Amino acid sequence: MKLTELTIHELSEKLKRRELSSRELTGAYLSLIDAVDKKIHAYLTVCGESALKEADAADKRLVSGADVTPLTGIPLAIKDIFCTKGIKTTCASRMLENFIPPYDATVVKKLKDAGAVILGKLNMDEFAMGSSTENSAFFKTLNPWDTTRVPGGSSGGSAAAVAAGECAASIGTDTGGSIRQPASCCGVVGLKPTYGRVSRYGMIAFASSLDQGGPITKDVRDSSVMLNAMAGHDPLDSTSIDAPAEDYTGGLKHGIRGLKIGIPKEYFIEGLDKDVERAIGSAIGVFKNEGCGIVDVSLPHTEYATGVYYLVATAEASSNLARYDGVKYGLRVSSEGLLDMYKLTRDRGFGGEVKRRIMLGTYSLSAGYYEAYYKKASQVRTIIKRDFEEAFKKCDIILTPTSPTPAFKIGEKIADPLTMYLSDIFTISCNLAGIPGISIPCGFTPDNLPVGLQLLGKPLGEATLLKAAYAYEQTTGWHKRRPQL
Amino acid sequence: MPITGKDVKHAAQLARLALTEEEIKLYTGQLQRILDYVEKLSEVDTKGVEPAAYTVPQRRAARPDTVKDSIPPEDALRNAPEKEKGCFKVPKIIE
Repeated sequence: MKLTELTIHELSEKLKRRELSSRELTGAYLSLIDAVDKKIHAYLTVCGESALKEADAADKRLVSGADVTPLTGIPLAIKDIFCTKGIKTTCASRMLENFIPPYDATVVKKLKDAGAVILGKLNMDEFAMGSSTENSAFFKTLNPWDTTRVPGGSSGGSAAAVAAGECAASIGTDTGGSIRQPASCCGVVGLKPTYGRVSRYGMIAFASSLDQGGPITKDVRDSSVMLNAMAGHDPLDSTSIDAPAEDYTGGLKHGIRGLKIGIPKEYFIEGLDKDVERAIGSAIGVFKNEGCGIVDVSLPHTEYATGVYYLVATAEASSNLARYDGVKYGLRVSSEGLLDMYKLTRDRGFGGEVKRRIMLGTYSLSAGYYEAYYKKASQVRTIIKRDFEEAFKKCDIILTPTSPTPAFKIGEKIADPLTMYLSDIFTISCNLAGIPGISIPCGFTPDNLPVGLQLLGKPLGEATLLKAAYAYEQTTGWHKRRPQL
Repeated sequence: MPITGKDVKHAAQLARLALTEEEIKLYTGQLQRILDYVEKLSEVDTKGVEPAAYTVPQRRAARPDTVKDSIPPEDALRNAPEKEKGCFKVPKIIE
């Protein structure tokens, strides 16, 4: 097996035993990126030089044996939405094409402090708005399993890079499914923690009440290793949860006998791909064999989630993206007057989908429409959250497909915004309710496209989610398949 | 609710977006479709339901007001499209 196919926990053992240096490993990743990324286009920026320096620093730590963490010397890559000090951070937008942040996002700082090596920055839908990474202002990322298909989005670069072995793991962000849906499309593990579990400081804002960062990894153990490093209260993010983070790795093997798994009937709808339905059906069987109780639950307002999401998320986005005015950083298109400078800058800087969402958000928040749209959506959001509270009285976790279909073809949905929006129907409710969710590989279609299984947990229930996902993974082994490139 | 080209132009003005006539036309149609879709929400009885702004329980996020280092001005200005004498430079605002 090639080094670049190994998981974090496997690599970490080798590094600690000094069978391998971080410099050697980082070099192997940089060569692979050089060879493979021209087929996948996952990276917006590769930082070879600084990565090798970080690898040398990690090797020193590993030799001395002091302050060694499970991430020391491990090469990771970062969605280009997280600010990285001294490294260009574009959010895949012309607006930030030349933006070099003067500080690190808290999550990036935590990973660096743990001794991780940063290989580079990953492609995404512009400002995280999209489900296919086709909305990147720079280029499209392709699915490593089938390069005529999308990798999902918005963290498409993050999922594709992990699937193609171009980094040991990556981080992404999830506002309506942007970690879980691409993880599902690319056959890797994607975790969206509870809202507030991971700091948002330095993560470029899209919809602040929904955005949450999380890891994309090759297996569930790696997901727990990454979450251990990322989770925790941050005084720089007033919405981060002030509760101690758990040891998410420690609980993986606690067993799932007697765990109650809820199956919501509203997620098994017409339009659900037959191969996806079959894979999910088998997965339910696996949990039953492991001694879990399978219970029917109902999330009756599921059909309203997409509508709520596109009002709430666009309203917040229209406000968040008002900061791009050509004054302090980012693009400026000069003009005689201030107003024209704003308008021209924003017209040239933003792509079509971003403008569309700013327009929708601005319209629905404008005088006369606020009550009918934003307020109404926020009320239905409360009801959706209550649905989950009711369902979790009957079960410990909820099991659903991650996405109604496997990865779709490039260009298939880009012309029709509403069709694209509906590819997130199974992932959106989780963000609206603020609960944690994970997508893990659960099979393949006859065309060899990965299918994802989604597990949803109670607030701060990451340990239970990871334990269940780990037990499933150990029984089935779908996560071991890698695409041929 | 029907959305007109005039509404879209007004929203574009509020959002500080210079849209072409073609874009106005495109967005009018697309926003109409999305708004028709969200019309579905009117089926839900929300009488007396508190709107949810955030999902984590609200708590006091205040902290002691202590002086800490911040980003040095030269770093803060490094990404400025135009700067002068340690300040961000903008076009004339007042005639």
